[in-house]
Amino acid sequence: MQLIECPWCGPREEVEFSYGGQAHVPYPESPAELDDEQWAHYVFFRDNTRGTLAERWNHGAGCRRWFNAMRDTVSYRFSAVYRTAEPMPASVPLTGAGSSSASATTSTTTSTTTTGR
Amino acid sequence: MSPTTTPRSTTPRTPGADLPEHPDSLWRNPEPKKAYDVVIVGGGGHGLATAHYLVKNHGITNVAVLEKGWLAGGNMARNTTLIRSNYLWDASAAIYEHSLKLWEGLEEDLGYPILFSQRGVLNLAHTLQDVRDSVRRVEANKLNGIDAEWVDAEEVAKICPIVNTSSDIRYPVMGATYQPRAGIAKHDYVGWGFARRISDAGVDIIQGCEVTGFVRDGDRVTGVRTTRGDIACGTVALAAAGSTSVLTDMLDVRVPIQSHPLQALVSELLEPVHPTIVMSNQVHVYVSQAHKGELVMGAGVDSYNGYGQRGAFHVIERQMAAAVELFPVFARAHLLRTWAGVVDTTPDASPIISRTPYENVYLNCGWGTGGFKATPGLGWVFADTIANGEPHPYAAPFSLDRFTTGALVDEHGAAAVAH
Ligand SMILES: Cc1cc2nc3c(=O)[nH]c(=O)nc-3n(C[C@H](O)[C@H](O)[C@H](O)COP(=O)(O)OP(=O)(O)OC[C@H]3O[C@@H](n4cnc5c(N)ncnc54)[C@H](O)[C@@H]3O)c2cc1C
Ligand SMILES: [Zn+2]
Repeated sequence: MQLIECPWCGPREEVEFSYGGQAHVPYPESPAELDDEQWAHYVFFRDNTRGTLAERWNHGAGCRRWFNAMRDTVSYRFSAVYRTAEPMPASVPLTGAGSSSASATTSTTTSTTTTGR
Repeated sequence: MSPTTTPRSTTPRTPGADLPEHPDSLWRNPEPKKAYDVVIVGGGGHGLATAHYLVKNHGITNVAVLEKGWLAGGNMARNTTLIRSNYLWDASAAIYEHSLKLWEGLEEDLGYPILFSQRGVLNLAHTLQDVRDSVRRVEANKLNGIDAEWVDAEEVAKICPIVNTSSDIRYPVMGATYQPRAGIAKHDYVGWGFARRISDAGVDIIQGCEVTGFVRDGDRVTGVRTTRGDIACGTVALAAAGSTSVLTDMLDVRVPIQSHPLQALVSELLEPVHPTIVMSNQVHVYVSQAHKGELVMGAGVDSYNGYGQRGAFHVIERQMAAAVELFPVFARAHLLRTWAGVVDTTPDASPIISRTPYENVYLNCGWGTGGFKATPGLGWVFADTIANGEPHPYAAPFSLDRFTTGALVDEHGAAAVAH
């Protein structure tokens, strides 16, 4: 079992935490202006990076607070944890396929990309 | 039905004694050619079955199956082989039942033993809501011509005497859905059987060949870049299961799947004690007994995204606790081995079989925790979709645009303990 470092409580066993999926996916700024495709991408589509992914975690059996973490989806190793108000640490190099969209995620809400291209 | 379906055997058996001998030769290992009409990415069950039906149903033989590792070494080598078709919605019933019918004739079709054993599946209900959902699913199955019945706890005890049907349990068994035609098969033999057939028919199976990029020309893909050189292609069919996003990211196609570790475990070899398959959503485990005698069990995915083909031990611990709760006799069994695959889950627990924004690229993924049962059925409809350039009627409801139109095929209930 891994030790995961909660930014408030320090290192605790993995079973105390629950997973919240990709981080930095904000609610659309102008929801009324989104078309079906944009809504679909906000609701259903997330990065599925093979490599470092920015994720949300919840320390349910401890402080019960959400925080963000950078974690490698192949080795499962955490490279950084940070509080939700803090920006994604720049020092962690994003690697792997799909990582380009990690930083572009915020634009999901405003861009009009189609299913795919 | 194989002899192992007898609940209690009186004479000791040698484990594995009823397994057939391996043939001398299975498939060719050719060098990749410069070009193929169809390049299938992924040499798991789905890729191999797709090639089989391209040959058999459409006469297309200039086909390569590219596999980055060893043949059928991904989820095909790691799954727990449950085969059933008792899903809720018409769209699912159609494709899973089509697949189950193909399983029933697959051994003859492949000319290869696959040890398909139709020993039935019980999906247990432990709460009133479980009961309501189960009865609804049974009725839906019947309307779709699928063998399904609702059985009460007493009947559960008759079908599978080792299930704890007493009231002295945290979640008493209130009944179950029962599909008698469900079963298990020997997954490796299925992969090898398909591989042998297609190799004989002229399909090139290229192992140790990872697709690392695509050569694009407008809205066409004209070739794939691989660790064994560039290969030109008329059509590309993606069948890469848990690694699909890595490929679709290269194509700038966004696909709503998340890859998770999914673990399973086996006990040491035991005398036949378990005559059927038992699944429980609520207590969260499913168990069958393999031909050789191992108890094979599994449960849900590890919660986080993961491509590591391994998961956390506390997940295994919970599976075992659930199994011992439902089957008190298992308390004496020893854990022999655990392992994991990488499964591609979708928001509605249904697969994606779809055209893509590229004219000649077809996508099959999203079978998540339950695509082994679909191997022949998917192969059939995916081959048809590729050959005709438009979705087979059974594939149509599973297109990528359902996430935009909202026409989801929500099978979270019937996907059961994930399978
Ligand atoms: C523990 C576990 C238990 C399961 N139990 C069941 C069950 O009981 N019943 C059921 O129906 N389903 C079950 N499943 C799900 C089932 O195994 C999968 O849905 C199914 O195997 C997926 O299709 P496939 O066989 O083609 O996948 P895979 O065998 O994973 O094939 C995909 C192949 O693509 C290859 N590949 C990936 N990327 C590339 C690339 N870039 N270039 C070349 N090749 C590439 C991979 O190496 C892999 O061999 C289970 C899965 C797991 C992990
Ligand atoms: Zn905490």
